[in-house]
Amino acid sequence: MSGHVVPVKTYLGIFVALLALTALTTGVAFVDFGELHTGIGLVDVIPLNTVVALTIALVKMLLVILFFMHVKYSSGLTKIVVMTGFLFLAILVSFTLADELTRGWSPEAGGWNTALPAILPLIRGLC
Amino acid sequence: MPGQEIPAESRVNYLNASYGVKSWLLTTDHKRIALLYLGSITLMFFVGGFFAVMMRLHLIEPQGALVAPETYNKLFTMHGVIMVFFFLVPSIPATLGNFLVPMMIGARDLAFPRLNLLSWYIYIIGAAFTLYAVISGGVDTGWTFYTPYSSTFSHTSVIPTALGVFITGFSSILTGLNFVVTIHKMRAPGLTWFRLPLFIWAMYATSIIFILGTPVIAITLFLLGLERLLHIGIFDPAIGGDPILFQHMFWFYSHPAVYIMILPGMGVMSELITCFSRKRIFGYTFVAFSSLAIAIISFLVWGHHMFVTGQSIYAGLIFSVLSFLVAIPSAVKVFNWTATLYKGSISYDAPMLYALGFIGLFTMGGLTGLFLASLATDVHLSGTYFIVAHFHYIMVGGAVMAYLGGIHFWWPKITGRMYPDGWARFAALVIFVGFNLTFFPQFVLGYLGMPRRYAVYPGEFQVLNVMSSAGASILGIGYLIPLIYLLWSIRYGPIAGPNPWGAKGLEWETPSPPPTENFEEIPVVTQDAYDYANVGGSRV
Amino acid sequence: MSEVPVSEMAMHGAHPPGFKHQFEDMEQQREAGSLGMWVFLVTEIMFFGGLFATYIIYRTLYLTAFEEGSRLLNVKFGAANTAVLIGSSLTMALAIHAAQAGKKKSEQVMYLVLTMILGALFLFLKFNYEWRADYHEHLIPGFGFIIRPEWGAAGTHVPLYFCFYFFMTGLHAMHMIIGFGILGTLTVMAQRNRFNSEYYAPLEVSGLYWHFVDIVWIFLFPLLYLIGGRFALPGVH
Repeated sequence: MSGHVVPVKTYLGIFVALLALTALTTGVAFVDFGELHTGIGLVDVIPLNTVVALTIALVKMLLVILFFMHVKYSSGLTKIVVMTGFLFLAILVSFTLADELTRGWSPEAGGWNTALPAILPLIRGLC
Repeated sequence: MPGQEIPAESRVNYLNASYGVKSWLLTTDHKRIALLYLGSITLMFFVGGFFAVMMRLHLIEPQGALVAPETYNKLFTMHGVIMVFFFLVPSIPATLGNFLVPMMIGARDLAFPRLNLLSWYIYIIGAAFTLYAVISGGVDTGWTFYTPYSSTFSHTSVIPTALGVFITGFSSILTGLNFVVTIHKMRAPGLTWFRLPLFIWAMYATSIIFILGTPVIAITLFLLGLERLLHIGIFDPAIGGDPILFQHMFWFYSHPAVYIMILPGMGVMSELITCFSRKRIFGYTFVAFSSLAIAIISFLVWGHHMFVTGQSIYAGLIFSVLSFLVAIPSAVKVFNWTATLYKGSISYDAPMLYALGFIGLFTMGGLTGLFLASLATDVHLSGTYFIVAHFHYIMVGGAVMAYLGGIHFWWPKITGRMYPDGWARFAALVIFVGFNLTFFPQFVLGYLGMPRRYAVYPGEFQVLNVMSSAGASILGIGYLIPLIYLLWSIRYGPIAGPNPWGAKGLEWETPSPPPTENFEEIPVVTQDAYDYANVGGSRV
Repeated sequence: MSEVPVSEMAMHGAHPPGFKHQFEDMEQQREAGSLGMWVFLVTEIMFFGGLFATYIIYRTLYLTAFEEGSRLLNVKFGAANTAVLIGSSLTMALAIHAAQAGKKKSEQVMYLVLTMILGALFLFLKFNYEWRADYHEHLIPGFGFIIRPEWGAAGTHVPLYFCFYFFMTGLHAMHMIIGFGILGTLTVMAQRNRFNSEYYAPLEVSGLYWHFVDIVWIFLFPLLYLIGGRFALPGVH
């Protein structure tokens, strides 16, 4: 909070943008964007509707954070604090997902190379 | 007359500035709040200790000497819940932290004094719920509350306990929030980050964990409570819930929580080792950054509590590697404290005895953690007394010793009185001996395969169990001795001056006990921390 | 121009009213207050985040069931509520702006009251229309939930979706109700002329909280209502 006064016009502009994005996200939910096939392990099939919806939500969130919450005009410390929160949430989600989604990959007892059939496509996909 | 020392009793300080119960229960003075916490935490320590005594008495006999197995389950659960959430987590931060953080940075109080008082009341309410659970028959799920037993099958007071822990979590959050803002915004002029006492760095790192971790266990216990209440919920296998997911959410907090329990102790250590070696800390920057590194990496290792749960082996690999990584900053600290001792002018006052004990015992506890971080050996050791010994070496041999060392170090500042030195050193030795006799046999027991949380055990383990119980009785006596002489000293102990140890730090530049506003004038800092005369190594 | 009576300023000497004496000056106090609220919001990110995390995981595991459940939500109300909350964020920002720009207290109060009205509207639409309908359609787990045959094999997992729906929107609603209390307090303070271009920290800090609650809903709306393959079915509402 730097005491910076954001002009009313900016607030109104952001408001209109947020409403427009809400209408957009609601509308495109009824349109099928299909899926993206990557063939790579965990991210084999990506439903694009999800990507679109979350991207729009992300943009809306950024508008609120930067302008309504004044982060655009705030100190570096504030920005770091905000990013830290999201970073650790990402850690919680990603590491837990890493477990849930790879349980089926467990090799049978018998040696490390029994896991190869599961790992190889992943490695190939990355190369 | 100029130069004449005003006797402590007649000088106005934070203890005598106002009288009456209301002046204490409605105080916003961080020093008084620290004492409110000190009283409540000590009470909870002895309640948790009572359960430990019961357990060790029971385990004298292979078939159990004292209680039914169902009751034994309640004993270890209540011991764990109370010791973890109501003693260890708040111990140093809420008592020494609350008292010292403003003083060490040259501030008049924390940033949010009323939130500070609120945090104590929240602690009390949480403790009340948990104590109610104790009285109404106890809980038998283990302090880890694993589902589906806790959500569906247990017939004990799970909801009051979970509620108590949930509520107390907010106490931690407010404390951490207060410390972070205070340290960022209220340092005295000239007090740059790298001139801060390492205790402050440790408090800051601990606060990061409070802020990022505690909300996750809060929501987890909240969901557990809802599931128990509604008989349906997100951990319920009948509708597709995954009990392992509960463990992920639980340990996401509870692993960093163990660093909440040790980091403040490490902060105390840096203060004690430097003062009683009369030397600058070796490698200040390394020790400071290692606190932050521990706080951050601690969030990446929680799966090492779940190696044998059916967790993905690939996730297990990642967690294992990262768990080895988190040992490194702790090791850095131990090396640096040891290097500080080297060629130092060492005196063996009671706080130093606790500090030296910490170095040895924490190292043992930490090293045994490496066996547990390694997937292969963890399979053998998981669920055995090896684990129990490992974490007690760190929590009791480490954290509690540091806590007692800190209490003894800052006691004259807090109360304006000194305690009897001989008794203090004697108690430290009794505690050290009692501790090792209690917990070293448990390493052996675990290695030999004795499971933890069992009310009965095979006959061949009896000798080691009896040794452990004997040690526990010595340890219990050891803890009672300071309770007695510290309380005695408040009334009858010799009056302490502003700096009986000759220590460096802004808190030692105030009278003992300090006035309510801490400093007449906010000091201006021009020196590095630990600027002891004995040079012994430059600042790294 | 500030409407603080001169005598009050004189009483406090160099420090304006609202100054807390553990601080050195108002600037430090303001910065501390703002940082404090941001740190608190980080705890809220992790608190809600825990729910979001588990939601993401189960959605990944039980996509069909979650899509079935999602299609039963009323998108019109969801979208309307999103617009209502965004509007309340606007009015909150304008309330702060009114104080910052030294506007009359009546303008500050007006925007605060508007924020409360919009918040109340949100809760009204949610509880009275959405949740009531869900109850009558037996979609509340623990309160007579009925698994419908048209869900097929995924049917056993649909209650899990609704657990999340009610936990997440319920927790969000609880935060809004708390926000209500805060807004009410601010309105009383504004009515008593406490805020001006020099001192508006409580407004700013409460605004941060209110905007955060808005952001949670900005994510709840698509996650719960929209990611359901709504294009796939006829008779979608």
